[in-house]
Amino acid sequence: MLQLRYFASLRELLGIGDEQVELPDGVHDLPGLTRWLQARDATWESALADGRLHIAINQEIVKADAAIRDGDEIAWFPPVTGG
Amino acid sequence: MIRVQTEDFDAGTELERLRGSNKGQAGAVVSFTGLVRDLNAGDTVMQMTLEHYPGMTEKALASIEQVANERWELSATLIIHRVGPLSPNDNIVFVAAASRHRKQAFRACEYMIDTLKTEAPFWKKETLSDRTRWVEQENSV
Repeated sequence: MLQLRYFASLRELLGIGDEQVELPDGVHDLPGLTRWLQARDATWESALADGRLHIAINQEIVKADAAIRDGDEIAWFPPVTGG
Repeated sequence: MIRVQTEDFDAGTELERLRGSNKGQAGAVVSFTGLVRDLNAGDTVMQMTLEHYPGMTEKALASIEQVANERWELSATLIIHRVGPLSPNDNIVFVAAASRHRKQAFRACEYMIDTLKTEAPFWKKETLSDRTRWVEQENSV
C-alpha cells in the first residue's frame, strides 16, 4: 500500500488531498508511478506533467527518478511559499 | 525550538523568553518577524490562508534549526510559523537566534528565514476582493 498526498494548488486541481493505493504491478520508481497516475484522465495527465512540482518520499524531498517501495508515503506539491 | 501553530504569537514575549533561558551566555539576540501584507502584485489582499504538510513541516523546520546550530555558535534558536487563515498585518513567522556575538546571530537568523522560505512545506493562498489565488514562489532571495 502507498500513501499518496497532494498539496495546495495541485490538491485543488486534482480534487483530492490524499489516498491509499496498492503498489501497481511493475512500478518501482517515481516516473513509473507518475505515469500510472497520469493514465487516470486528462486532468491527472496535465497536472502531474508540471515540471515545477516537488516530490517527497516519507517526508523527504527526492529527485524525480527516485525508487519507491511498498509502504512509502509519497507527496507532490508546488514550490513552497511560506515565511 | 520549533512551533507550528494556528494561534498568534507575541514577538516581545518570545524574545523575553529567549533572553530568560540564556543565563548570560549570549551577547546578542537577532530576530525576524514576517507579517501578512495588505497588497501583493498590485492587488488588495483580504485574507491569507497558510496550508502546510503536517509532519514534514516539523521535520523541515527542525532540520533548518539544526543546520544553523552546526554552522554558528548559538546559545538558543526559535522558529515559529503560523498556519490557517490570517489577515493583513497578522504575524506569520518568527525566527530568532541568540549568540555570544552579534554577527553569528545575524547570519543564523538570515539563514533560517531564507531557508525556510525555499524548503519548508508551506503554501500561501490569498483571498482578493473578487477571487482567490495561490502565491507563486519568489525568484529573488
